[in-house]
Amino acid sequence: MFFLKYILRNLFRHKLRSVLTIVGVAVAVLAFGLLRTLVGLWYAGAEHASDTRLVTRNSISLVFPLPISYLDRIRGVPGVTSVSYGNWFGAYYKDQKNFFANYAIEPRGYLELYPELMLSPKEKNDFFLDRKGCIVGERLAKTYGWKVGDLITLKGTIFPGQWEFVLRGIYHGKEKATEERILLFHWSYLNEALRQTVPRRADQVGYFVVGVKKPELAPEVSMAIDSLFKNSLAETLTETEKAFHMSFVSMTEAIMVAIQIVSYMVIAIIMVVAANTMAMTARERISEYATLKTLGFKGGHLGGLIFGESVLISLSGGVVGVAATFPAAHWIEVELAQFFPYFSVSTETILLELLAALSVGVVSGIFPTWRGATIRIADGLKRIG
Amino acid sequence: MPEASAPIVRIRNLSKAYRRGTQVIPVLTDINFDIARGEFVALMGPSGSGKSTLLNLIAGIDSADQGSIQVGDVEITTLGESDLARWRAGSVGFIFQFYNLIPVLTAYENVELPLLLTHLSRRERSEHVEAVLNVVGLADRMDHYPSQLSGGQQQRVAIARAIVTDPEILVADEPTGDLDRASAEEILQLMDRLVREFGKTVIMVTHDPRAAEKAHLIRHLEKGELSVT
Ligand SMILES: Nc1ncnc2c1ncn2[C@@H]1O[C@H](COP(=O)(O)OP(=O)(O)OP(=O)(O)O)[C@@H](O)[C@H]1O
Ligand SMILES: [Mg+2]
Repeated sequence: MFFLKYILRNLFRHKLRSVLTIVGVAVAVLAFGLLRTLVGLWYAGAEHASDTRLVTRNSISLVFPLPISYLDRIRGVPGVTSVSYGNWFGAYYKDQKNFFANYAIEPRGYLELYPELMLSPKEKNDFFLDRKGCIVGERLAKTYGWKVGDLITLKGTIFPGQWEFVLRGIYHGKEKATEERILLFHWSYLNEALRQTVPRRADQVGYFVVGVKKPELAPEVSMAIDSLFKNSLAETLTETEKAFHMSFVSMTEAIMVAIQIVSYMVIAIIMVVAANTMAMTARERISEYATLKTLGFKGGHLGGLIFGESVLISLSGGVVGVAATFPAAHWIEVELAQFFPYFSVSTETILLELLAALSVGVVSGIFPTWRGATIRIADGLKRIG
Repeated sequence: MPEASAPIVRIRNLSKAYRRGTQVIPVLTDINFDIARGEFVALMGPSGSGKSTLLNLIAGIDSADQGSIQVGDVEITTLGESDLARWRAGSVGFIFQFYNLIPVLTAYENVELPLLLTHLSRRERSEHVEAVLNVVGLADRMDHYPSQLSGGQQQRVAIARAIVTDPEILVADEPTGDLDRASAEEILQLMDRLVREFGKTVIMVTHDPRAAEKAHLIRHLEKGELSVT
């Protein structure tokens, strides 16, 4: 009890120093938590991907198309329940910075394969019937204030020109991780336009989406599809959606690893700073420690005093950092919505943040604690005045 | 039970040297020295003659190279660090030149410090603390922090802290070295009272002849050797 009071008073002795250390730890813990969340979300896309959906694409690269004529042959592979297809469209709305994913797709099969895109039966039907129709996710609609019935004009990049769509439905993601910032429209609308303007680009798709009866069939079906087109002009590569996502993720793997390393370095840096501060503090109080020892207090008492202070400072910073994590994550979710479908901090991350703060306290306390506990009294007493 | 005339401090063949690298600096050589119970001893001598070192050895905060130091019936040179700490807490009161109060603790809390190592209850501790603050005449300032007290007052708080556990001996290293004459006089009178009224044994290192005058006995230390005046 007495020691707690003593530790607290010591804490307020150099208010500015303590406050700065606490703020430093808080900022580091916050950065650590946000970076970790970011990395976690990056992999979450792949984790949430379905394992009964396969993606078939050109084996050379994603940017090369496949002929639409492959559709029926894929449908005929045993184990396949349904097939749809699409093209990455890559257009933007008004300004290039208004970026979001948009795809030309075959609607019926696509929505059947993606039940997580939830639309009312009426909107679904309206979309199917209107060749110029499109649907968007709720978050995207909210961003631009779109309502069903609105006319949306996109500027094409891969497919140049002004493309007009009528908004026929706004889907709601079934799960938190479901991407709600997508625009989908009829592949046939794109294809007809291409037939008239650049016929050589017509009748081609970017990828097929293939539904399989059960996940165990995925490898077999993938092999069967790819062997169908072996030695043809456009060989295919079929993999599960998860693997497909992972191939994206792996392109950025190095960046993610770098971010992870940075997140730990942030903690390491604050550890060094806090350790230096604690060492400085302890050095200033050496004569006090020597006095306490003279009075009969033992190394353990002094150790507790110094260690307690360093852990208390760091944990305070940790608590402030954790408290700041929630509003910061919310801010990111709102302001940087185009990059993240959601940005929520896991309990695991919160615990790791506190653990990081605790380890800062422990590590920064070790050396001064050891110094204080082992100081020779006669030497310590001399450091007065 | 020791005889009334038996010395409370008995030093035999005490030697101490400091080593710096290969260099050996002898500080005390073959010191023999007795201090009687209830004595007020002043240790004088030029700077660097080893006064503080000798005092620290008697008080058990430094270790000797050779010889014996008996305080009461305890041979302190053979005690381990932990036993020595316990022995100091119960048997020695310390008074320092710069008071060495803990700045974040009030006068009351500073005096209470040594009692935290005992089994006394909070009530009992408070009785003891108030009693000794009364002895040094600072009961009305017990909620003050050291920075709110004058040097002389701080030293009186330090004296209260030194006597709160009722130790047999008090050691003081230049207790008036940082004080003006009037405050120094007060402190010396207080120490004299502790000897006369409370039967304490006081060993005081000092440079100040006026301070030494208050003592019953003055010992001179020169080049590591003691002489009587
Ligand atoms: N830790 C140490 N390491 C090396 N030498 C030391 C150490 N402590 C003291 N000495 C040396 O021991 C000698 C005696 O020191 P001490 O402090 O006992 O002197 P003193 O008589 O108290 O002097 P003063 O009157 O200046 O306080 C000095 O020569 C000093 O330099
Ligand atoms: Mg000295």
